[in-house]
Amino acid sequence: MDAPTLAVWKFASCDGCQLTLLDCEDDLLMLAGRIKIAHFLEASSATVAGPYDVSLVEGSVTTPSDVERVKRIRAQSKALVAIGACATAGGIQALRNFADVDEFRSVVYARPDYIQTLARSEPISTYVPVDYELRGCPIDRGQLLELLGALLAGRRPQLPVHSVCFECKARGTPCLLVAAGTPCLGPVTQAGCGAICPAYGRGCYGCFGPVAATDPRALLAKLRALGMSADDLRRAFRTFNAAAPALAAIEETSEP
Amino acid sequence: MTHREDRLLTVGSLSRVEGEGAMHVRVDGGQVTDVRLEIYEPPRFFEALLRGRRYTEPPDITARICGICPVAYQMSACQAIEDACGVRVDGPLNDLRRLLYCGEWISSHALHIYLLHAPDFLGYPDAIALARDARDIVERGLALKKLGNDLMTVVGGRAIHPVNVRVGGFYRVPTRTALAPIAARLRLALDDAMATVAWVAGFDIPDFDHDHELLALVEPGTYAIERGVPHTDGGLVFPVRAFEQHIIEEQVPHSTALHARLAGRGRYLTGPTARYALNHRWLSPLARQAASVAGLGTRCRNPFQSIVVRAVELVHAIEEALRIVTEYEPPPRPFIDVPSQDGVGFGATEAPRGTLFHRYSVGADGLIRSARIVPPTSQNQAAVEDDLRRFVTGRLDLDTERLTHACEQAIRNYDPCISCATHFLDLVVERT
Ligand code: SF4
Ligand code: SF4
Repeated sequence: MDAPTLAVWKFASCDGCQLTLLDCEDDLLMLAGRIKIAHFLEASSATVAGPYDVSLVEGSVTTPSDVERVKRIRAQSKALVAIGACATAGGIQALRNFADVDEFRSVVYARPDYIQTLARSEPISTYVPVDYELRGCPIDRGQLLELLGALLAGRRPQLPVHSVCFECKARGTPCLLVAAGTPCLGPVTQAGCGAICPAYGRGCYGCFGPVAATDPRALLAKLRALGMSADDLRRAFRTFNAAAPALAAIEETSEP
Repeated sequence: MTHREDRLLTVGSLSRVEGEGAMHVRVDGGQVTDVRLEIYEPPRFFEALLRGRRYTEPPDITARICGICPVAYQMSACQAIEDACGVRVDGPLNDLRRLLYCGEWISSHALHIYLLHAPDFLGYPDAIALARDARDIVERGLALKKLGNDLMTVVGGRAIHPVNVRVGGFYRVPTRTALAPIAARLRLALDDAMATVAWVAGFDIPDFDHDHELLALVEPGTYAIERGVPHTDGGLVFPVRAFEQHIIEEQVPHSTALHARLAGRGRYLTGPTARYALNHRWLSPLARQAASVAGLGTRCRNPFQSIVVRAVELVHAIEEALRIVTEYEPPPRPFIDVPSQDGVGFGATEAPRGTLFHRYSVGADGLIRSARIVPPTSQNQAAVEDDLRRFVTGRLDLDTERLTHACEQAIRNYDPCISCATHFLDLVVERT
């Protein structure tokens, strides 16, 4: 049997999530032996035409031609995986969704008319069905290897659906909210990173996006008690996953 | 067979560069009439979305401009914000910043040399194909890259978008014990880095010279990384705060990246070869030795030799990191306080691809009024286009396929980071 084919695609992004694949240094050559990398422009000038067994898609959809391209990619891919906050939630560039894009364009470019862009930065799932999502800004290498391993073995990947708090407990990091009174979004953020920030004495800032089905009210009360204003809260929720619907819901709860 | 007097060379999607772009070269009657490095990476409007954010946020937000050099963004952002607030970070905290930055140089240079650029010289489409014939070499490159990543992980929490950086310093500083295993690995990696220089110095390097003015930060006594004063090899010196008076960015229709020029002087080049020309005397002892064995001289004007300069810088970054780790004493506090004040601040550091400038205007309320970011790739774009024009002119006897391939290689000399510049690339050589 031929090795399964892997394609890596990029939309509006920083390249960090696809770089995570190259950052699998110890596993990269092993992986390359089991998978045929058919399309990965950042790493190779050799490309093979589709269809592909697995497509990893990085970045958000921000231009009219992106919309067409993502549909073509979907049509050529057996499994399509959206990787990273850009692809799963629209990324930091989705802050435009809350602003006037024409005004944004004119701040950066003297001749805004040369620039083609959509008013909104959207996740891949807005335009095509997505089979799996890896969260994070950037994604976690361990999760990426788990996903590729599972797809190769034909099983479902094991991806956590609990909050960062569980990872702090697993790691033995004392709770920042309780012990140090440091604002932290861990309780409403999906696990996957291994709770890095709290281990460095920093509150989680939510780069893995909102965890499904949590009630944010207790956390919001605590954050207010720690001195965060309504503006502070809005800014805290409006970063790399700003346009994730679950976050918009939390934000609404936070309005006084 | 194509009519060689008139043709159009195009590469629709440049590979082994970071981001999305294309190349377009037009030849009419044996003359190159148009060269365009087209950057079509869709803009993400960072400068606009930074407005109204807290002055503490740019290190995390601007890191997301580029996954290959997030530390560069974090360091230029911190410096500019601190400047706006009238604070300067020195001593062991600055040493730690430099250490984190060395991690990024090691990782980014190893990535570019082994995975992106070397395959061009050896006739492979990628490093995975190269590994089928020379597995130990590719493994050496991957080990170096991993070392850089691990160094960033110890100091910064993770390699891509480190979490431990803040305005004023860090959230938590490493202990000597935490750094000890890295020190041992850095020491061992010096041999691999020296072997890298010897390897790339043996590549078949095309004859080609440019005459661009070279710009880099200079900080006498050290090979500038995390700060310095802009200098050119043409004798121009100006403070970081005067950057925008000396460097003019223009928008061109074929690109979402802005093109930069030196006011009254024209195109210029920033990056490894510029740093080498201006700062080589401050290279670490082994790096200097490596440069002389590789036959680099005091200046390198052949862009195809940039791979050798990157390898020399790889040696330097490892030796410098080792020095910092060896002398390291944890600072008493992980950061210094940076209270906000009304003001404008400027920051410039040497990203792996060249000088990266940031400017922020901060209000008394601690909110950002405006931001400006000038990445290395947009500064180099005019120089790259000029190289392409001259490079194609000298090689019109090649068939279209070989010429197109050579042009792509010429572009990769600059390790263009298109994500940064858009602010990506598609090569179109037009021969009508
Ligand atoms: S999710 Fe974050 S790391 Fe991944 S491509 Fe987007 S900005 Fe980069
Ligand atoms: S702790 Fe939170 S912000 Fe930090 S890496 Fe994990 S998910 Fe991202």
